[in-house]
Amino acid sequence: MTRTYPDEPAGEFPRPPRTITDREDRPIDVISADDADTESLVEMYLDFDPADRAQGIPPVKEEPIREWLDTILDDDCVNVVAKHDDTVAGHATLVPDNEGEHELAIFVLQAYQGAGIGTALVETLLGYGQAEGIDHVWLTVERWNEPAIALYEKVGFETSSAESFEVEMAIRL
Amino acid sequence: MKLLLGVGGSELSYLALTETLERVSETGDELTVVIFENEDIDADFGTVQQRVQDHIDESGLAPPTRLIEDASPGSELVNIAESEGFDRIVLGGGGRSPLGKIQLGPIVEFVLLNAQTPVTLIR
Repeated sequence: MTRTYPDEPAGEFPRPPRTITDREDRPIDVISADDADTESLVEMYLDFDPADRAQGIPPVKEEPIREWLDTILDDDCVNVVAKHDDTVAGHATLVPDNEGEHELAIFVLQAYQGAGIGTALVETLLGYGQAEGIDHVWLTVERWNEPAIALYEKVGFETSSAESFEVEMAIRL
Repeated sequence: MKLLLGVGGSELSYLALTETLERVSETGDELTVVIFENEDIDADFGTVQQRVQDHIDESGLAPPTRLIEDASPGSELVNIAESEGFDRIVLGGGGRSPLGKIQLGPIVEFVLLNAQTPVTLIR
């Protein structure tokens, strides 16, 4: 499948580690997942509200969560997490496809949503991706998920296909 | 029950074929297998037909098979189901993206949105 990307590459994104203050005045560390504890990520997904799942992920039960994390925390993937004290509040990932491009997804715990953490996660993930030489990133999002679509557009993603249940968006780095 | 199973040559469509044949051998439902050309599949149409026939032969059942060579197989499946009084359309689909997201292809999506009969998606 050939995907349509924006003609121009996006500018430079911030790289991990960085600390932001979210809109609830919480200090949030955005760090590479290599520097985080996998168990704390498992904890986050066990706390994840099933109503916030999209397109079948994340899995609900612990064993499938661990298997899924095994896949997306592999060496050829790029992962960042957002931490508030010792709690993992959010996670963003880039996973290679078979065409030399990468699929992106972000997850933010319900208690931390709407505070700007998703934007910080995506920007920092793309900065980490740039440092790793990744230049083509795409994602799919459900067409009714307007807050997510607005976030991706703000960061620089453009819609590449809107013909199906999901909107596909892409960015050139 | 009259079942209309569509197979387009994806791995998930063969899985749906195998599961439907097993189920039909228990329930005695009246099955028709429609083989359609899926432009997202690399294998040529003759190979797909042969593989479907092999699966059917292994099952010991002998459901009638039909071919759709139409450019919009989803629409043709819906037409057949409606005009010939089928009770249910069965399709395989819902592959996973690299990240694990479930993705429906355009044919499955068309049938889900447009069929007047119940649709079973095997994934």
